[in-house]
Amino acid sequence: MAVLQTSKLYKNFGPVEVLKDINISIEEGAFLVLVGPSGCGKSTLLNIVAGLEKASAGDVLIDDRVVNDVAPKDRDIAMVFQSYALYPTMTVEKNITFGMRVRNVPRQEREEALQRVAKLLHIEPLLRRKPSQLSGGQRQRVAMGRALVRRPKLFLFDEPLSNLDAKLRSRMRSEIKQLHQQFGATIVYVTHDQTEAMSLATKIAVMSEGEIIQLGAPQELYDRPNSVFVADFIGSPAMNLIRGRIEARDAKPHFVADHDGTQVALPIDHYDFERDLRADQELILGIRPEYITSGIANHHGAVSVDLELVPLLMETTGFDQYVMFEFCGGELIGRFSSKESIDVGRPHRVQLDLSEISLFDPEAEFRV
Amino acid sequence: MTSGHADTKAVLMRPAPKRRTGRGWTPALLRALLFLILGLFVLYYSLPLFVMIVTSLKSLEEIRAGSLLGLPQAIELTSWKTAWESACTGVSCHGLKPYFWNSILLVVPAVVISTALGAINGYAISKWRFPGSNVIFGLMLFGCFIPFQVVLLPMAITLGTINLAGSVAGLILVHVVYGIGFTTLFFRNYYVTVPDELVKAAKVDGAGFFAIFTRIFLPLSTPVIVVTVIWQFTNIWNDFLFGVSFSQGGSQPITVALNNIVNSTTGVKEYNVDMAAAIIAAIPTLLVYVVAGKYFIRGLTAGSVKG
Amino acid sequence: MKNLLDRHLPKIVVAPSFAAVLFFVYGFIGWTLYVSFTKSRILPKYDLVGWLQYDKLFATPRWYVALDNLFVFTGLFVAIAILIGLLLAILLDQKIRAEGVIRTIYLYPMALSFIVTGTAWKWLLNPGLGIEKVVQDLGFPDFKFDWLVDPEMAIYTVVMAGVWQSSGFVMALFLAGLRSINEEIVRAAQVDGVGPFRLYFHIIIPSLRPVFVSAVIVLSHLAIKSFDLVIALTHGGPGYATDMPATFMYAMAFSRGQLGQAAASATVMLATVSAVIIPYLYSELRRKHD
Repeated sequence: MAVLQTSKLYKNFGPVEVLKDINISIEEGAFLVLVGPSGCGKSTLLNIVAGLEKASAGDVLIDDRVVNDVAPKDRDIAMVFQSYALYPTMTVEKNITFGMRVRNVPRQEREEALQRVAKLLHIEPLLRRKPSQLSGGQRQRVAMGRALVRRPKLFLFDEPLSNLDAKLRSRMRSEIKQLHQQFGATIVYVTHDQTEAMSLATKIAVMSEGEIIQLGAPQELYDRPNSVFVADFIGSPAMNLIRGRIEARDAKPHFVADHDGTQVALPIDHYDFERDLRADQELILGIRPEYITSGIANHHGAVSVDLELVPLLMETTGFDQYVMFEFCGGELIGRFSSKESIDVGRPHRVQLDLSEISLFDPEAEFRV
Repeated sequence: MTSGHADTKAVLMRPAPKRRTGRGWTPALLRALLFLILGLFVLYYSLPLFVMIVTSLKSLEEIRAGSLLGLPQAIELTSWKTAWESACTGVSCHGLKPYFWNSILLVVPAVVISTALGAINGYAISKWRFPGSNVIFGLMLFGCFIPFQVVLLPMAITLGTINLAGSVAGLILVHVVYGIGFTTLFFRNYYVTVPDELVKAAKVDGAGFFAIFTRIFLPLSTPVIVVTVIWQFTNIWNDFLFGVSFSQGGSQPITVALNNIVNSTTGVKEYNVDMAAAIIAAIPTLLVYVVAGKYFIRGLTAGSVKG
Repeated sequence: MKNLLDRHLPKIVVAPSFAAVLFFVYGFIGWTLYVSFTKSRILPKYDLVGWLQYDKLFATPRWYVALDNLFVFTGLFVAIAILIGLLLAILLDQKIRAEGVIRTIYLYPMALSFIVTGTAWKWLLNPGLGIEKVVQDLGFPDFKFDWLVDPEMAIYTVVMAGVWQSSGFVMALFLAGLRSINEEIVRAAQVDGVGPFRLYFHIIIPSLRPVFVSAVIVLSHLAIKSFDLVIALTHGGPGYATDMPATFMYAMAFSRGQLGQAAASATVMLATVSAVIIPYLYSELRRKHD
């Protein structure tokens, strides 16, 4: 049974179409992340699911019940906001129990729920404090506590970690993930950070300009992006994209691009084509930096090609270094061990592992 | 002038440099000039009040014989008593006392009602945007700025029709109606700074329109309530135009009574009584100003400099 | 059903106030406007007679005196109050220890009723017993300061009292403006070697332009509405030498029984105020739209 379903959802603000034909469906215990650049409509979608905004067309169903006209408080949801939205004049305790007090939940039950949640989030010593006396991370926990105390069918998170510094962010991320695993809660989570999306989600919806470009499990989006947009958006550093064309060499299909006066031909007959191609068709080849190495560690003896390329720039992350090479009129980023000595300008041996490439149509930018 | 790192803050906090003018103005001289000018203006603003107090404590002979600025030789409080109890405001001679109470009876309900309405209006307009809310707000706002001469006549007729002419209740109605624009402005500008997500969270928590107002917005409204109350109190207490147009005889507010006392053409001009009466009329708003001046200023600047 | 009520609740809540404003402000303005086109005298009449009242109004010498006074008063009042306010604000911005006290003293006149102010200044300017006598006693027996009763000069006494009351407020506006100026601009200028006078005249004061605009608007508005102060200080006199549109209207309405004239003069006042306020409000509301 789908906990949340949207069917042909549209939203306009006047002439501007903010959401177009959104169809999603998630089961109990799923962690759906809506991710995309600013303005793609993800927050609007979340607000419509919450009931804080009305769709222009289409349906929202929670537990197979159409809730288009149902107020937020009757949808059995809880929400955590980017700015935490804690009630400034109330103590932490009052903040968390506010919803229960509005619904006239008996005192005993309120107390129990409060203690349960406080213990879970380690905020017991903070109960008597006011929001202005809490740190960012503490406020975030209180906001989560307010949501958890309701035990709703659906949890909604609207960029809850955006206001935290990097270290705190990764810590809170693991806490959210732990909570999900512990309680099997059904979550819809909005973020613009693809790292967050990849680490938290069971299902990701990549959105752009009001549409869902691709909906699927994180690994699926990573290995088989259905468009240049998704390929570029997911993964850090981004996937390398090279323009070229398809040509037959030795009676086998190759990806051919011009590099440094000559041509580079990469075999692609192992590739799982989803569409038919013309001969000589232009293509974009996508290959992730992790598959561009010095060739020492081989990915299960797959198809690979060795080249000599000139490094332009190196960035170390401590254990790895990402090296930018000049390639086919553009740049190619590969991942090397930081222990390797690589110098700018001195040609270096580079191995391209072609087992997990993606090919895209250059005009429409979808996967072929 | 600085010596080392520790004084950096002192340098940064310093005002526009007085040195480096290179015209013979030493910093000390400029500073002295500064204090001189400031001091002169202190005198300028204090003088009328000083003269009022001093005059009210003198006898009429002393006023005529002596100097305006001179201190009283012997402090006489009789003019105060007269002003309060027996000065003539036209036909009746009961001093300011009854009119003081008229003003209180007028101000308290008017302030409470207009503030309450301003609060709920400001809340509705800023947090529950509905079609036309901006137009409504704009129209209400413009209503604050009109010269009230343009509503005097129809208001007088209306008050007569609903039997409130010449009464304190009628004045309360007038002040509430023409105060709503400003009070709504104050609250709306204040509530606009409260994050919308707070309302969203409360909606998800199950609170409705009024619950969100009473349980979330009101508790954080103390500053704006204080500003609004002070603003309204001062304006309504000090009003003259509405008072003189819509009240008669026994129901007049203190400003009208004061004007009657001072401008009465009968008998000898009792300057000391006039001054005492003026001070009595001024005390409430002055007191409010001294006690809560900070909020008063906030109201002034908020109400006029696009808050 | 409940949902329907909830959705319209904000509108329902604002409705009474809005209705009151519509009736008591715009309805009344409409009535006054209408009456200004009728022959009303002691009682309102409702037959339209075109521009009769306005023609009569602008053929009345007293009205011209009032208009003249309005321009003189407004011009001087606004200019002097702004000058003093700006000067005091700049001086007070120089990190004075007693700033709080001094500011309180400069601003207290705003807390007074114009009637009180008028009464006080009427006494101060009393020919014979006021400032005139003080200066004479100081050794200038021929000093005359009877502006209060001089038809030519009386209007300037109103300016004096008005400036005294309102300049502190202007100072507060400018002080707030000065305080919101980016420190870094001042520091950059200091590094550039800009002297203090240049700093103020070419950098700081120009950046206070919005405050100037606000001050002019608010002061002009105050000036156009002047009624209380004139009544208390001079009662429009001597004669009607210090009459202003507001006092003119009041006289026409409540003592002369000329409702048509009163309505016409009130309408002219409204038009004048609107010309000043509407553009200002419009630009302010657009800015607050976000």
